[in-house]
Amino acid sequence: MKTGTDRVKRGMAEMQKGGVIMDVINAEQAKIAEEAGAVAVMALERVPSDIRAAGGVARMADPTIMEEVMAAVSIPVMAKARIGHIVEARILEAMGVDYIDESEVLTPADEEYHLLKSEYTVPFVCGCRDLGEAARRIGEGAAMLRTKGEPGTGNIVEAVRHMRQVNAQVRKLITMDDAEIMTEAKLLGAPFEVLMEIKRLGRLPVVNFAAGGVATPADAALMMQLGADGVFVGSGIFKSENPAKFARAIVEATTHYQDYELIASLSKGLGSAMKGIEISSLAPEARMQDRGW
Amino acid sequence: MVKVGVLGLQGAVREHVRAVEASGAEAYVIKWPEELKEMDGLIIPGGESTTMRKLIDKYHFMPELKQFATEGKPIFGTCAGLILLAKEVVGYEEPHIGVMDVRVERNSFGRQRESFEADLDINGVAEDFSAVFIRAPHIVEAGENVEVLAKHNGRIVAAREGQFLGCSFHPELTEDHRLTQFFVKMVAETKEKTTV
Repeated sequence: MKTGTDRVKRGMAEMQKGGVIMDVINAEQAKIAEEAGAVAVMALERVPSDIRAAGGVARMADPTIMEEVMAAVSIPVMAKARIGHIVEARILEAMGVDYIDESEVLTPADEEYHLLKSEYTVPFVCGCRDLGEAARRIGEGAAMLRTKGEPGTGNIVEAVRHMRQVNAQVRKLITMDDAEIMTEAKLLGAPFEVLMEIKRLGRLPVVNFAAGGVATPADAALMMQLGADGVFVGSGIFKSENPAKFARAIVEATTHYQDYELIASLSKGLGSAMKGIEISSLAPEARMQDRGW
Repeated sequence: MVKVGVLGLQGAVREHVRAVEASGAEAYVIKWPEELKEMDGLIIPGGESTTMRKLIDKYHFMPELKQFATEGKPIFGTCAGLILLAKEVVGYEEPHIGVMDVRVERNSFGRQRESFEADLDINGVAEDFSAVFIRAPHIVEAGENVEVLAKHNGRIVAAREGQFLGCSFHPELTEDHRLTQFFVKMVAETKEKTTV
């Protein structure tokens, strides 16, 4: 019997496919998310838009919040650790969190190195904007990927850019001759073995969810059409006017992402979505997606 | 060729489709209840059972799923699918589809860090089956007509009751399709009997 194998870690993410993972900050929100049909919740101290507003250093949440949320729901519970923060990650693992997001939403603890995720029993999800970043994270042991998007903005444009970019680069890679892969690895800054694996499979070896800016059911369905395996919704749900209704609508739109009549009816009378931010209005230091190396 | 539907509301749908096709049957992703009618057998995949149940209710799948079972057509539930099939779920007053005479406990091996791979001896299927358990349930109690197919550390992890096949683990996550082939054979035999 073996725990923490690639199959077990990647398999856990496979079971989340076609589903929605929702950010929650307490047990009450976690229950609303589970009731709405979320496949998992991400337990946080603050949702990304509030992290943005609060400024300062954003760290792993108080373990009390994770404990409360784990006790409240039967679905998997994820939590965020700072990039490169070995001890935050080990704390979350020791607490029995089901998945760790090594996340650019928090202030990085290491500006050179990410966690060596292959050393942990708990699986990790990481953000990516292109194939080089995706392959580096897989090389370090990430068992799941997500677009970085631009968290806490309610603006889908960056998640679209990142999903299209990764998928276009995967398509290009799988048409390449084997002899060309090493140079591609050099150009992308990607591990050669991971690129060979992607070429052999004809796809990424782990699931890739959409994240960072999903604010409406239509946004979720858009990301699914662009090839996302599922959707993370951060600030979108509990910053909307009617979270329970909004959450249910996003779950349904993700399941039936090509059924436009259904999505039209789901989108009716939802109340206002979260207030969005135009990306060009963000100062360079406020761009979370540029964190990670 | 028999037609096997894979309930496509959430979870490891694509992997089951691949396994069914590799086992010599036609695979269909089932997203709406009326699509069930054409199927000879059904697989309920792994995923989150609470999410699948919400969507089953939302799209009024329940009467059609029960009808499918009443007609004697085979159903195979893996992990979350087993939970949906069971007549009793530990800690819950009501079952979901509630057709297979087993009592199951959710997440009974622990959280994700306790998820594991283990080799199983599956009676009549394989002696060396590499099985992947992810936040897996197990069968606490099996009814008298239930045939126990495999155990891990004394816990029942695969069983068959006539037309129903259930397992705690994820055969769709490996390249070993012997358990899916076993189910496809169940579907073919049932179809043959009903058309004669």
